[in-house]
Amino acid sequence: MKVAVCVKEVPDPSAPKRIDPQTFRLDRSVAGALNDFDTHALEEGLRVKEETGAGEVVAVLMGPERAGDSVRKALAIGADRAVHLADEALAGSDLVATSKALAKALEREGADLVLFGQQAADSDGAVLWAAVADRLQLPVVSQAASLEIADGKARVKRQTEYGYDVIEASLPCVVAVSDAINEPRYPSLKGIMGAKKKPQETVSVADLGLAADDVGEAGSRTEVYALGEPESRGDRIKIEDEGGNAAEKIVEYLAGKKLI
Amino acid sequence: MPSLVYVEHHEGEPVKGSLGVLAKAAQLDGDVAAVLLGSGVEGLAERVGRHGAARVFVADDPALEAPLPQPRVDVLAKLVESEGFDTVLFGASVLAADVAAGLAARLDAGLNWDLVDLELVDGKLVGKRPALGDSVIVDVGWKGEPRLALVRSGTFEPVESGGGAEVSKVPVEIQDWSQQAVMVEQAHEESEGPSIEDADVIVAGGRGLGQAENFSLVEELAKALGGAVAATRAVVDAGWYPYATQVGQTGKTVAPKLYIACGISGAIQHKVGMQGSGTIVAINKDPNAPIFEYSDLAVVGDVHQIVPKLTELVREKRGA
Ligand SMILES: Cc1cc2nc3c(=O)[nH]c(=O)nc-3n(C[C@H](O)[C@H](O)[C@H](O)COP(=O)(O)OP(=O)(O)OC[C@H]3O[C@@H](n4cnc5c(N)ncnc54)[C@H](O)[C@@H]3O)c2cc1C
Ligand SMILES: Nc1ncnc2c1ncn2[C@@H]1O[C@H](COP(=O)(O)O)[C@@H](O)[C@H]1O
Repeated sequence: MKVAVCVKEVPDPSAPKRIDPQTFRLDRSVAGALNDFDTHALEEGLRVKEETGAGEVVAVLMGPERAGDSVRKALAIGADRAVHLADEALAGSDLVATSKALAKALEREGADLVLFGQQAADSDGAVLWAAVADRLQLPVVSQAASLEIADGKARVKRQTEYGYDVIEASLPCVVAVSDAINEPRYPSLKGIMGAKKKPQETVSVADLGLAADDVGEAGSRTEVYALGEPESRGDRIKIEDEGGNAAEKIVEYLAGKKLI
Repeated sequence: MPSLVYVEHHEGEPVKGSLGVLAKAAQLDGDVAAVLLGSGVEGLAERVGRHGAARVFVADDPALEAPLPQPRVDVLAKLVESEGFDTVLFGASVLAADVAAGLAARLDAGLNWDLVDLELVDGKLVGKRPALGDSVIVDVGWKGEPRLALVRSGTFEPVESGGGAEVSKVPVEIQDWSQQAVMVEQAHEESEGPSIEDADVIVAGGRGLGQAENFSLVEELAKALGGAVAATRAVVDAGWYPYATQVGQTGKTVAPKLYIACGISGAIQHKVGMQGSGTIVAINKDPNAPIFEYSDLAVVGDVHQIVPKLTELVREKRGA
């Protein structure tokens, strides 16, 4: 089984996030981190490879050069190889443009199974897989709470608004996994040391057979006009559990509001 | 702006979210059409017409019976092209999101998601999208047509305006690859499990509880407060707690007087199911947890320490 796993670098969740008021793009000058949701996809890819006994797991990441740290992290966790789509021309890509570039990269891989995470923590789109699958002309199943590979098929339990469906898709196919599908492993020291030696390919837009204006802002079909403040929920109170008195403070607060 | 609204249906009923989007589209511009895709769905056309659609397109075919996205993309792509719709709107759902994104790729069309409002500004369509854990609102638009949009669930209310619609049949032609995902077992509304929609107090648990057994902490607190227990998708998917108790986009929508979130990060998909709560208290050990953005009382700390103590104090206070 050859498994390709799409992973993204997002701003470090512990750093405050902001949108640049000039460019309307997310300020990516803060430290980056491998999208947590995608470590579940990676884990699932590794599990499938281990269970089927042979094959490889390829991490595919589109993002600026500095996202190389996240590429290395994916390798340290266990991916056998990585493809990094890095090109100035990709900056500002929306769904249409991103799916175009990723689909081209995935086409070159010809994996039996293409995995996605549940969502990118910075865009919360939770949609990219369906666009990529359409371009690859492959079946797609999303929101997978469990995944089994058998008899040339992927069997997925997915949650919708009505409970759980069971869907089967013939391989090759695209599956987007939920963040409860597994407990991702952490990179081991050996993994971290070994990551540097694993094959890593940096791919440009031209390498993918695309023109610069197929992707990035030029290839995008959406735009941003302005930023505003949302309505606030009113006064918020924040307390820390210092000296273990948080429970008392909560009771006081609830009593003050006549909620107990 | 000839626009098309994708109307989802479940067990013979158009879903509320889709009818809400239809009402909004009709308010922006009277020239609104709706599309129904499924098997045996023709009977719904009249209902849809009464909710604001001047025209209803019906694609009725056994190939569209299962709620799977790709056959729908095939039919919609042809319809949008042949009828020249410049706007296609969807109420968010698991199915609709996959249909919308597939359609965006097929038509090379812009898709904006998670919109909480739509406006016409000088004839130009502008969407409002909350970002970064809803801490900013971004005005988004489209370059070129068609313009595709997914509206956040629960955003617009349906309006029954009456009137009839002109109904037309849509040809159904499905691509090979679109038929390679097959429904083996389709979900039915779960009737088992406690009902949480009417509770005045809800204590909800998330993955921060650490393991299924620790839900007893949340159950004890709920009992002390005379409330119900709810859960996040992460713990429902993991089998810690029943689906019937899930709050959020693919679970229940609740609005108790008091909602206490224990070990819940506060993803948008969770928020949409509980933001109408009167008072929100969140206990989370991560001071940057998104849930603190919309909690009235944010408590930074460990649920294992705080919740048992809180239960005890509540019991004392209520004399139970
Ligand atoms: C299409 C779609 C639909 C979805 N529908 C829903 C839905 O209906 N409902 C829903 O809930 N989610 C839904 N989700 C999933 C959602 O995006 C999140 O993944 C999910 O809500 C996370 O659940 P959680 O908060 O339990 O887990 P996590 O995000 O893992 O959060 C756990 C939290 O616990 C905290 N924590 C850890 N240990 C402790 C401790 N000892 N004490 C205190 N705090 C601790 C952590 O800091 C963290 O913030 C949906 C996602 C998609 C893509
Ligand atoms: N730039 C990217 N490079 C590789 N994979 C990505 C990228 N952006 C998103 N993904 C994948 O698509 C999933 C959904 O992203 P989104 O639709 O943006 O929320 C993520 O969980 C990743 O698996």
